Amino acid sequence: MGTKILALAVKEFLALMRNKVARMTLFVPPLVQLIIFGYAATFNIRDISYAVYNQDSGAASRELLAHFSGSPYFRQKAVLTSDRQIAPEIDNRHVLLVIHIGPRFSSDLLAHRPARVQVIIDGRNSNTAALANNYVSEATEAFNRDWARTHGWGQPPAQLFIRSWFNPDLLSRWFIVPGIVGLLTLVVTLLTTGLSVARERESGTFDQLLVTPLGPFDILIGKSIPGLVIGMAEATLIMVAAVFWFDVPFTGSLLALYLGLFLFVVSGIGIGLMISSLAVTQQQGALGVFLFMVPAVILSGFATPIANMPGVVRYVTYFDPLRYFLVVLRGTFLEGDGVGVLASQYAALAVLAFVSMVLASWLFRHRGS
Amino acid sequence: MAVSALTFDGVEKRFPAGGGRIVEALGGLSLAIGTGVITALLGPDGAGKTTLMRLAAGLLRPDAGKVAVFGHDTMLEPGAVAETIGYMPQRFGLYEELTVRQNLDLYADLQGLAPAVRRARFDDLLALTALGPFWSRRASALSGGMKQKLGLACALLRTPRLLLLDEPTVGVDPISRRELWAIIDRLAREGTTVLMSTAYLDEAERCHDLIVLDEGRLLGRGDPVSFRTPLAGRTFLVRDTKGEPRRLQQELAHRPGVVDAQLHGGEIRVLLADGASPGSQQGEAWDAVQPRVEDAFVALLLSRRTHWRQDTVRSGSASTGVRLSPGVLITARNLRRSFGSFEAVKGISFDVSRSEVFGLLGANGAGKTTAFRMLCGLLPPTSGELSVAGANMSHAGRAARQRIGYVSQRFALYGDLSVAQNLRFFAGAYGLRGAQLAARLRWAEEEFGLGPYRASNAGTLSVGHKQRLALACALLHEPQILFLDEPTSGVDPLVRREFWARINTLAHEGVTIMVTTHFMEEAEYCDRLVLMSQGEVLAAGTPSEVRALARVSGGPEPTMEDAFIALVAGHEQSTRRAS
Amino acid sequence: MNRMRLSGLIRKEFLQIVRDPSAIAIAVVLPFVLLLLFGYGISLDARRVPLALVAPNSPQAQQLLGGFYRSQYFMPRRYATMSAARNALARRRVDGIVWLRSDFGRRILGRGDAGIGVFVNGVDANNATLISAYIRGVWSNWLAQEARDRGAAIAVPVEVEPRIWFNAALRSRNYLVPGLIAIIMTLIGALLTAQVVSREWERGTMEALMATPVSMGDILVSKLVPYFVLGMAGLALSVAMAEWLFSVPLRGSMLLLFTASGLYMLVALGMGLLISTVAKNQFVSATIAVVATFLPAFILSGFIFDLDSMPFPIRLMTHLVAARYFVAILQTVFGAGDVWPVVLANAAGLCIMAVFFLGLSWRLSRKRLD
Repeated sequence: MGTKILALAVKEFLALMRNKVARMTLFVPPLVQLIIFGYAATFNIRDISYAVYNQDSGAASRELLAHFSGSPYFRQKAVLTSDRQIAPEIDNRHVLLVIHIGPRFSSDLLAHRPARVQVIIDGRNSNTAALANNYVSEATEAFNRDWARTHGWGQPPAQLFIRSWFNPDLLSRWFIVPGIVGLLTLVVTLLTTGLSVARERESGTFDQLLVTPLGPFDILIGKSIPGLVIGMAEATLIMVAAVFWFDVPFTGSLLALYLGLFLFVVSGIGIGLMISSLAVTQQQGALGVFLFMVPAVILSGFATPIANMPGVVRYVTYFDPLRYFLVVLRGTFLEGDGVGVLASQYAALAVLAFVSMVLASWLFRHRGS
Repeated sequence: MAVSALTFDGVEKRFPAGGGRIVEALGGLSLAIGTGVITALLGPDGAGKTTLMRLAAGLLRPDAGKVAVFGHDTMLEPGAVAETIGYMPQRFGLYEELTVRQNLDLYADLQGLAPAVRRARFDDLLALTALGPFWSRRASALSGGMKQKLGLACALLRTPRLLLLDEPTVGVDPISRRELWAIIDRLAREGTTVLMSTAYLDEAERCHDLIVLDEGRLLGRGDPVSFRTPLAGRTFLVRDTKGEPRRLQQELAHRPGVVDAQLHGGEIRVLLADGASPGSQQGEAWDAVQPRVEDAFVALLLSRRTHWRQDTVRSGSASTGVRLSPGVLITARNLRRSFGSFEAVKGISFDVSRSEVFGLLGANGAGKTTAFRMLCGLLPPTSGELSVAGANMSHAGRAARQRIGYVSQRFALYGDLSVAQNLRFFAGAYGLRGAQLAARLRWAEEEFGLGPYRASNAGTLSVGHKQRLALACALLHEPQILFLDEPTSGVDPLVRREFWARINTLAHEGVTIMVTTHFMEEAEYCDRLVLMSQGEVLAAGTPSEVRALARVSGGPEPTMEDAFIALVAGHEQSTRRAS
Repeated sequence: MNRMRLSGLIRKEFLQIVRDPSAIAIAVVLPFVLLLLFGYGISLDARRVPLALVAPNSPQAQQLLGGFYRSQYFMPRRYATMSAARNALARRRVDGIVWLRSDFGRRILGRGDAGIGVFVNGVDANNATLISAYIRGVWSNWLAQEARDRGAAIAVPVEVEPRIWFNAALRSRNYLVPGLIAIIMTLIGALLTAQVVSREWERGTMEALMATPVSMGDILVSKLVPYFVLGMAGLALSVAMAEWLFSVPLRGSMLLLFTASGLYMLVALGMGLLISTVAKNQFVSATIAVVATFLPAFILSGFIFDLDSMPFPIRLMTHLVAARYFVAILQTVFGAGDVWPVVLANAAGLCIMAVFFLGLSWRLSRKRLD
């Protein structure tokens, strides 16, 4: 019994590793994705380009503008001299925002009257616009504090002190890179298992396998082992890269991480084998993997919070194993979680792993013989 | 002199074979083919037949030399060449999603057939190919033979001056083959030059001109007579008066002075070496017969392969210890299988005894593959009883599967795994371990001469070696029954001979063999066979009993192929009349 | 180029599309699912953020907290102690904490040096930034109200009046859905086209085609036309869904939108044809298409992630991604209107790439097997 399954698992490994195309699909796309995602996928904005239309000649407006030009978040690109220049600057995407200071700005402030500043922001990308708006508020607040102190304005009755926990500098890379670990592990697991039966069907070896004394369950186990080993190994590799290359801190428990990883890989294998037993050709298998992957990633909370999704869609995410594993990953990397805090995630993953494996073996038996 | 239909002038063609190696597919080939004749291109696997075809069609650029079709250089005047030729590649080039009509329409458009003449031409071709009733069926739903005829029809739309057919009859049953030949003959009579490659040497007899290639070089050239004449007086038909032709065939094959010994219609066809004299022994009756192209082909190739004989079979070690008392090993009773409303197998019954070679014959779509898959447990029967090696296949599957070996049509091996890894995997899958494992692996490498290839990937082996490896994998666990599904389809005559020699030895040692084939000559190797048509058993018995069913008084002794065609055609006609 | 041959080939191609389930899956099902997911499922706009409030019951504190209860952005929950709130944050029950000390009321009325502690879960940095901005918004509203109530003594010197053009409500759907059109057209143009050409190689039909008098130009054009039509149909589907299902405004002209999309379709088809001339196996060509066209269109095009924020080497690389130019046009034509300088500059980029890819696949494809 053991000999037979072992023989099968060894064969699966060799088949994956000795084929140039298979080897390439297992290692090249993950590597490319790690680099692209790690560097390009960022929500942090820097170098917000802006133009200034200052109708005021006083010192106060210069002081306000100094708060922008001195900030690492802003980069001044143009000085405007008329109202009509504003629209083209924004429309043509030369600048993301225009700061418009009216002619009575300094005199208002010196007369102890609140002054207004108009900021026109390009809203085509609403997320960028919202973030830019936030930075503008921060810069203005800093100016207000200085001005109030030096010119005898009353202090605002209460100050806001904002701290962010787990990621003090709010680097989106800390959020994205652990997510990539989950994403790539899913890709690799699905590709190893999702195409394995179809590959054998195409080359005719599947019949050969079915006439051996190996039962459907043995075949299922034998085909799962390489996925498990390769999935876990590649996840480990990417996690090492996350910590040592992308400098993402790891603060939680390794046990908690690997428990989640194991359950996640098993549920990925179950889904891969389900696709595999349904697909007749490798092309169908690849298409199936793709059709599952795209929604699974989008609905996992990888880039956008699940909480923002409407109710029905949120229910769909409960069936997405990546959703739970991302919580485990981010919890153990950034929030210092141990096994206890993550118990409900493990439970959900274990249920998904069990159900997908059972379904896979059912499909297997009913399509195989 | 008139322009030749096709000329090759010092043509060389090489391909990169991975790992920096270069394979020479054709080496300095020069030849010319006259107009209006049927030329056969013969040669073992890997001889360069397909490369030659593709060069002739202008699909490959020669590395040296030039190729011309009716005087047009294929590289310099590709347009003129394309207008002149009709080409059917090995895989027919049909669009599976399109119907028969849509495929024809497409190729008519591509070949610029004027709409005015199109209708008449279609009618003509449909009459020729008998595809009329399937006019609006999708190509994917056609049988192999019908696809072949449709592929041919597509190549014939504009009546090409030169028709190139790459192995048009592989995987096609005798009836379809006969129909295809009727079309080719008619075309030749109407002035089309035909060049076809084939692995069936009986087809070579019907051609005007033969070209034999081996390893990219011209080995022989001439009409069939010029091939046969040198062998005059060296071919005999030997009858075994003791009634054990298979044993005698094996004995003759190893007799000094005998080049080739083949079972043929219950007798043994012997080709003697040049200068050897027929040494008739007791219990043998020797009659001189006319030589055939196949004899010439085998003699020609064997003269270049001195090592071949040693490679073949050394008996005595295939299966150790399964010498059990005779008895029935496979019983099928009223076996049925339906797919939806279509009944593929309509209640067949037969028994197979121990160490028998049992054949399952039938045309494409006769239900023999379905029956075969049920026998080896790949498909559960809809109803009926089936016992294999004492086990009910549908229940005690695992135990029964331990006792059977299976070689599938395409020698299903793991192409990316080496020979040794393939052997090791199948040994493991059958639960071999320890000393037994080592012993069986050693046996497989020695017995099948696989030692030198143990580190090569199975996918890179020649067809002959693939077949050996597939057979070795299926025999590692010393099965009582060996299932072979069309094991010789598309395989050249030399490999086929080696294969059957091995099967004979195995049967001799007590292994029961179940084989499907549509090579009718191979049916002669079976002890008993059943002939299937439209899901039913038409005839059962020994080869001579089945042949006898087609005997016409006064006519010549029918071959198995004659019997097959007569029986199947008769059956199809009667069912058609009944319905 | 021969009309009969070409029309025969094109008819064949259409019949194959209609009868091939995998073509329908890529051309219709996938875009539909993607549009629904992005239109309904994906949003970067935080709504109803669970927020822990730890505050005394003084009237001053209640006035500030009232702002959180009224805001559509928050779902506030009261916690009695800071440690209970911290615990809730660690267990991901809330995304942030607003903490007012018990002497909040006294300090406000006294020296006016009350502090408001805000803690946000920074794991999702983007979300955390947005939440801080919303909290800051509530705070400044409260300040303004206080100033009105209590006179200029506590007035704020400078008030910013933000004017967000094109998308005043900051709906992320308004830029995600148009950007998605680039993804869909990449799928149809590059992935599907690469697949169908390599399928011809794999099944041996290319060999039969090449032996007929068709020219390689006929074969290439016969692949371009049907998938161009399919891509434009995908565009029409996306535009219709954007208009009527997701109410994303289209400010520019339909004509410009379709012209620019047609241009991009040519680029995508060129990439698809190029891939299939290099990879004659469906599996390999699908892998290359996903890695070389689909992923970059997703990540390096400005569709979700802002290009200007990427590190310089990556930003340079994005200039090689055709989708980048198309996404810029799409976001402008949908969000802002027919802004010619943006459209023309990016269209020039697309033209160059179309000529390059189509020209290269033309050069590389020969009517031969070797």
